[in-house]
Amino acid sequence: MSTAKLTGSAALGGGQRLAIKYFVVAIVLFGAQILFGLLAGFQYLQPDFLYGVVDFSVNRMVHINAMVVWMLFGFIGSIYWLIEEESGTEVVGLALGNLGFWLFTIAVAIVVVVYLVIQTGPGTIESIWFINEGREYIEAPRWADVGIVVCVLIFFYNVAATFMKGRWTGIGGVLVLDLVAVAGMYLAGMFYSPNLSMDQFWWWWVIHLWVEATWEVLVGCIMAWGLIKTLGARRQVVTTWLYIEVALMLGSGILGLGHHYFWIGTPEYWLTVGGFFSALEPVPLVAMVVHAVYDSGVHRFKSPNHPALAWLIAHAFGNFFGAGVWGFMHTLPQVNIYTHGTQWSASHGHFAFFGAYATMNIAVFYLAAQKWRGNVNFGGGLVDNGWKWKWSLGLLNGGVLGMVMALLVSGYDQVFIERALEGATWAGFFKAQYSVWYLQGMWWRQLFGYMTAAGFFLLVWDLMTIGVRETRPAAFHTEVAEHAA
Amino acid sequence: MSNVPWWASEDFWRKTAIWVTAGMAVVLIVLTFDTVKVITAGHSRVPAYEVINKRIYYRMNTKRQFQEPVIGEDAPLFGKMLSPEEAQAMVSHGKMTLQARNCASCHTILGNGAYYAPDLTKAWLDPAWAGEGAREMLMVKFLMDPTTNARGYGGKRRMPNLHLTEEEAKAVVAFLKWTSAIDTSGFPRNFTPILQEGDL
Repeated sequence: MSTAKLTGSAALGGGQRLAIKYFVVAIVLFGAQILFGLLAGFQYLQPDFLYGVVDFSVNRMVHINAMVVWMLFGFIGSIYWLIEEESGTEVVGLALGNLGFWLFTIAVAIVVVVYLVIQTGPGTIESIWFINEGREYIEAPRWADVGIVVCVLIFFYNVAATFMKGRWTGIGGVLVLDLVAVAGMYLAGMFYSPNLSMDQFWWWWVIHLWVEATWEVLVGCIMAWGLIKTLGARRQVVTTWLYIEVALMLGSGILGLGHHYFWIGTPEYWLTVGGFFSALEPVPLVAMVVHAVYDSGVHRFKSPNHPALAWLIAHAFGNFFGAGVWGFMHTLPQVNIYTHGTQWSASHGHFAFFGAYATMNIAVFYLAAQKWRGNVNFGGGLVDNGWKWKWSLGLLNGGVLGMVMALLVSGYDQVFIERALEGATWAGFFKAQYSVWYLQGMWWRQLFGYMTAAGFFLLVWDLMTIGVRETRPAAFHTEVAEHAA
Repeated sequence: MSNVPWWASEDFWRKTAIWVTAGMAVVLIVLTFDTVKVITAGHSRVPAYEVINKRIYYRMNTKRQFQEPVIGEDAPLFGKMLSPEEAQAMVSHGKMTLQARNCASCHTILGNGAYYAPDLTKAWLDPAWAGEGAREMLMVKFLMDPTTNARGYGGKRRMPNLHLTEEEAKAVVAFLKWTSAIDTSGFPRNFTPILQEGDL
């Protein structure tokens, strides 16, 4: 048995070995996201903490950038993980894929060091090229943008060429078309304009059309594949669902972009277009919940990989509530004119990114860990009763949900005091920031942040140890294989 | 699978997905052409850069039922009338300073950014600056040494010193003056501007 463990990586395809590298970096960045989130959160409570050394702006930037990049590493890893099985052939440009991985990883490391050490630069184009672009979520300097595009092109080539060499499946087709859009949208964020409205108009093409359109389709593909793997769901049913989701997701999400065009100087027809289509955005996410719960029910929750299945279910619900319901709550312009740019957005952001994307990546980590450990049973009756994965699932979900609720309380308070009562002035802003309920929300957010961190450590510990002492083979893999074929 | 009705078939939904996506993308592209035209500086909703040479009022439009920027008489920033090119260069320098100093990782502007510090959209019009006359110099002074000049508003949160040069600070003020003249469809709602000439 121990020999099987030691040679576990040998059982993996080349694409899967590359995927593991992506997963390791993703987990490190997940940890960085939590660490810098805790630092930034603490500064809300103690503004003098690290003041002038590592200011809130730096912590917050590293917090959200680590998040974006660990999502991307998780997605790229997930696709490298599934592509060889899905296409029935080896990844065509594995050496190139490895080169892309190292380029991406080194670029991320350099960017983070510059963020932390150099932090800011003079108001010149050189600062934007080499230090910090200063635009939320895509703060990475322009040289890194170019690097990211190169890495994504390598990745795209590998995915498209591998499917072309092997067999096309519904999942593969959607994936390749989606990746064209993922890469294309990024280009919209790679220019400078002195015009703030123009800047934000195109910036949202990257942020919205990634997060609320192309990324959703991407996790839809991974979800589809994940349901086949964890439950043995029938491929034809899953693929049909995937098409329905794509139709609903892009049918609502592309013009849902308009909900970011309410107040940035853009024409007023966006109030109608954005309000209407973004209000429809939860619909595909309901479909996803139905899909996941139905499939799980049909298969009586029997799965060779319980943690992965649990995280897939967490994804379905997290995506629906976090992205769908929490987004809907403040998407209509009539309420958004008050809530835009307050802790409401932070509440929604935490819930949506975790619910829609972190959960999915973690599910794939568990699928990968299972095969890495020699395809042993990750189902019922784990050696230690699986307490680690169960507790980390509970702590991570409970922690994030707690932060979401706490931020929402602060958000309500802020909106009423700053926007409704105080006329949205700077004095009004601070009056809200120092109000009792707002600060209580911030304290609770911090406590739930610690809970999330505890869940993270347990998750890492579990991923390193789960199945190591397990000898029983994964339960119904033959059945899964039959369905998948 | 002949027993699958057409509306549940894989083929039907694949085609639907393609057509819906293509249709929505076409609508977005058409709207984008129009929007980009409208938000070009100097068009109807986004001001020309030389607006920094003018007084900017924020007035209620009873027809639209929200406030909007109104451009008034000459009021050169820092006492100097600028050509359109000079004005654009100054606003651009201000925006680049905002980006390079990572301002949006604490502040929001047009409501986008981080929520640790107040929104900058109407910073030029905010009543924090005592009166219209002293405003521009107070803003420069604050930007160059925010730690000492922090108001605090009864709490401990302060802007860190980002070591702006005087030229950068003035450019940031120019950028914020220009930004305040963007027609944001009434965002933020019920904003209470600085006491403006003619209010009394």
